[in-house]
Amino acid sequence: MNDIKENGLKITRRQFLGSAAWLTFAVAFAPKGLLLMSEAQAKAANYGVGAWVRISPDNMITILTPGAEMGQGSMTGVPIALAEELDADWGNVRLEWAPADPRKYGYARKRGKSLSYSMAIVGSRAVMMYYKDMRRAGGQVRKVLLQAAAKKWGVDPAELSTEPSVVVHGPSGRRMSYGEVATFAQVPDTMPEISESEFKDKSQFRLIGKPVARRDIPDKVNGSAKFSIDVQLPGMVYASTVHAPVQLAEPKSWNDANVRAMKGVIDIVKLERGVAVVADTFERVLAARKALEVVWAGGAVAEGYDSEKTLDATYPKIAYDKAAKRKTVREKGDVDAAFASTAKVYQADFRSDYGYHAQMEPLNGVARFNAAGDEVEVWEGTQAPGRSRAMIAEALGFNPGQVTHHQQYMGGGFGRRSITDYTVEAALIARAIKRPVKMIWTREEDIAYGMFRPQSYQCVEAALDKGGKVSGWRHCVVGDGGNLIYSGIRIDRYYGIPNQHVEQRGTSHGIRLKHWRAVAHPFNLFAIEGLVDEMAAKEGLDPFEFRRQRMAMPSKAMRVFDAVEKLSDWNTKRPEGRALGLAVTERSGSLGAGVVEISLDRQSGKIRVHRVWVAIDGGTVVQPEMARRNVESGVIYGLSSVLKERATMKGGKVVQSNFHDYEVLRMSEAPEEIHVEFMDRDTKPTGLGEIGNPFIAAAVANAFYALTGKRLYHMPFTPARVLEVLKA
Amino acid sequence: MITFNVNGKAVSVNAEPETPLLWAIREHLRLTGTKYGCGAALCGACTVHVNGKAVKSCVTALSSIEGASVTTIEGLSSDSRHPLQKAWIAEQTPQCGYCQSGQIMKAAELLKKNPNPSRDQIVKHMDGNICRCGTYTRIIAAIQRASKEG
Repeated sequence: MNDIKENGLKITRRQFLGSAAWLTFAVAFAPKGLLLMSEAQAKAANYGVGAWVRISPDNMITILTPGAEMGQGSMTGVPIALAEELDADWGNVRLEWAPADPRKYGYARKRGKSLSYSMAIVGSRAVMMYYKDMRRAGGQVRKVLLQAAAKKWGVDPAELSTEPSVVVHGPSGRRMSYGEVATFAQVPDTMPEISESEFKDKSQFRLIGKPVARRDIPDKVNGSAKFSIDVQLPGMVYASTVHAPVQLAEPKSWNDANVRAMKGVIDIVKLERGVAVVADTFERVLAARKALEVVWAGGAVAEGYDSEKTLDATYPKIAYDKAAKRKTVREKGDVDAAFASTAKVYQADFRSDYGYHAQMEPLNGVARFNAAGDEVEVWEGTQAPGRSRAMIAEALGFNPGQVTHHQQYMGGGFGRRSITDYTVEAALIARAIKRPVKMIWTREEDIAYGMFRPQSYQCVEAALDKGGKVSGWRHCVVGDGGNLIYSGIRIDRYYGIPNQHVEQRGTSHGIRLKHWRAVAHPFNLFAIEGLVDEMAAKEGLDPFEFRRQRMAMPSKAMRVFDAVEKLSDWNTKRPEGRALGLAVTERSGSLGAGVVEISLDRQSGKIRVHRVWVAIDGGTVVQPEMARRNVESGVIYGLSSVLKERATMKGGKVVQSNFHDYEVLRMSEAPEEIHVEFMDRDTKPTGLGEIGNPFIAAAVANAFYALTGKRLYHMPFTPARVLEVLKA
Repeated sequence: MITFNVNGKAVSVNAEPETPLLWAIREHLRLTGTKYGCGAALCGACTVHVNGKAVKSCVTALSSIEGASVTTIEGLSSDSRHPLQKAWIAEQTPQCGYCQSGQIMKAAELLKKNPNPSRDQIVKHMDGNICRCGTYTRIIAAIQRASKEG
C-alpha cells in the first residue's frame, strides 16, 4: 500500500534499511545536527537512524527528500544539493519523501543555547536550512564510492575522479558506474569526514545553478499528482466539519435526529469546536451539512467583534494612548535624543486588513485506524510533517510512534499548512466512527474557520538630522498575534538608521491567526517604504537618490537598488498615464528591491500593475528557474492582497464566504511582465519563496503617488478606497 | 442510475440526480485529476469538457449529462503528449499544481476553436480560472507555445 499512488512519488517505498544488494547510507542526528553515518556508527552512538541515500546495482540512486512540496519546488531543490556533491547522474535519481521524523530527517535550529530539530518547510527555509547538510552527505557518499573503487582496482584514491554516476581512473582510463561499485562496496563502520573545502567549486557544478526540471511537474499536467483530497481507501466514507460562525464557539446541540434520518448519513461526531457530519458519499455530506442546525454556546472571545470598527476607531486610540500596554521589539541608540535634536520629523499612519491564505485545495485529511484502534495512518499535505504527527498523536492520546504519516502534495500552503488542525479532525472522526474517512472542509468552511493574517495599524515617524540624514525611526504596530504583526520591521538589513524604537501594542479578538506568505513583512514594509517615499518627495529627491544620500544603505542593499534601477530603466520616461514606484523587499535572509509600473482607471478606481522588476540577493541560487517562478508567484500573491483581498468580521463572524466576495487576482489583472534578476553571489542560499511579496504594497502606493500626487495609506487599495483618496 | 461517457468509456453512476458532476467524477469514478476548489463556479479548478465544451463540473448536475460525452484531464491524451501538456512541461508552468488540470482543460477548449489565439484572447478565455500560485504568465506562455508547436 505504500506505493506510488499514495505518496505521489514515482517509486516504491520499500524498507530502506537492510535490503540486500543495495548500498544504503544512513542518516542520524548527532548533537550538531543532521549527519550521514553508517548504521554501526549510529548504533554505537545510540542515535536514531534512518536511511537517506541508496544506490542500487542498476545504477539508480534513491534520495529521500524532506522538501514538502506546495509548489515552491523544494522537493526537487533540496536533494539537488546532495546529488551535486555525490556527482550523481540526475536522470537516474529517484526521490522519495523522507518520513515525518524530525530527529532523523530534520534540520537543526539554534534556539538560545539548545538545538531543535524540525522538518517545517516554512519561512522559505527548505533549501536554506538543508543545503550544507545535503552537500556534505553527498560528498561523503562519493568518498565511500571512490575508496571502494580504489581498493578494487588497487590504485590510489587520489587518482580517481567522477563523472555523473561513474568513477573514472584517469591514468588507466578505467570506468565503473556507481551501480557496479554498489555491488561490492560496503558502507564503512565510520563514514569519512568531509570538510567544506572539499566541496565542489562553483565552476564544477552540474546541477546547482543550472536549469533542472522539477520532478513533480509531469504528474501535474495529467491529473496523476496525488493531493490528500485525492486519496481513496477501501471502505472509506466522507465527512465535513461545521464550525461556529463565531470562531471558536463550542457546539451545544443540533437537530441530530433529522440529519441522521437523511439518506446515506452514517454519523454525526461532536468535536471540541465543531460538529462533523459523516456519510457514504461526499454529496450526501454536503446535503447533511446544509440541513444541520447547530446551537453554539455563547461566550466566545470573538463574539460581537467588528473588525472594521476596531481598525478604524480602536486601533488609532491604542496607538496614541500614552498609557497603552506595549512591548519593545527593537531598540537601538537613543531615539528620543534623535527626535529631540532633529530639524525635521516626518510621520504617517498605515492600515492593513486581514488576509486569508486561499490555498486552492480546501483543507482536508484522510485517516484510518487499525482494528485494535491503537494505530492510525494519516494522509495529508503539511508544511510541518513532524509537528503534525505530534499534534495528531497528542489529540488521540497516542505517542507519535502510533501515527504513520503519509505526506502528499499540497494544493498551496502559504503558511497555513504548518498547523494541521484539519488532519487532527480527520483522525478524531475516524476513531469515533471506526472507519477510514476523508474529511474535507468546504471552501466556505475554509474561510469561516480560517486562520488569518492579522489586520494592523502602524504609526511611523522618522527624524532627519541637520544634514538631512535619517537619524531616528519610531515604529509602533497595533494588532493581534504578536510576531505575526511585526516580523517585517528589520530596518538594519537595508538602512543604517542609528536610533530606532520599534514596539508592538497587542490586542486580542479571538480570531484564529496564522503565518501568511512572508508573515508581517508585506504590511510592515508598506509602512516603512511608504514613509521613505514620502520623505524623498518632500525633500525633493529621486527615491533612489534619497535612499543613497540619506539612509546609509549597506553595500548589499546598495547593490540591489543599483541593479533594479538599471533593470527597470528607471530614468526613462514612461508613456502618459503610467508611473513607477520603488520599494525594498526583505525576507528570510534575502534582500531585494522592486519597481512596478502602474496605470489607473480614474473612473472606476482600478489600479493596474503592468510591469514589475525585482533584483534580489538570495546568495547562491540553487535552482534559478524555480526561484524565478517563486518570485513571480510571490509578486502575484502579494499583488492580489494589495489590490483586492480583505477579510472582515462582523458580529464576530467572518463576512466573506467564497471567491465572489473574497476576490483574488485573476489572469486579466496580473502584470504583463515580471522581470527577476538574481545578484551573482557565492554566499549561502537564503530564502526565495516569499521575497517576491513584501515590496508590492509600497511599490504600488509609491507609483500611485507618482501618478496622482496622492498617497494610499490603507491596504488593500480597492477601487472604492482609491476613489475616496482621489476625491480627498 | 445515470449513464454517460467518460474519456471514451461508458459509465453508470448511482447517485442522486442533483449530484454535482465533480463528485461523481472524483469519488464515484475515482478520476481525481479534476479538482474541487470552490463548489460555486468561481475558480475553474473543476473544469472538464462536456460534449467538447468546457464546463465547471462543480455546478453541473449529474442529471444534465445523461448520455453526454465527458472528457477529464485523464482523457485529454492517452500519453500526456497533448500539445498543451508538452508546453506546460516545457514552460515548467505548474507550481502547487492543484488548479492546473482545470487550466489545461480550459485552454484545450480555446485551442480547439482558435488554434492561434492572441494574448488578449487567451486572457479573456482563461479569466475564470484562478491560480493562487500566480502562474498566469507561465500559463499564457505555455498556451502560446502549444499554439505554435501544435
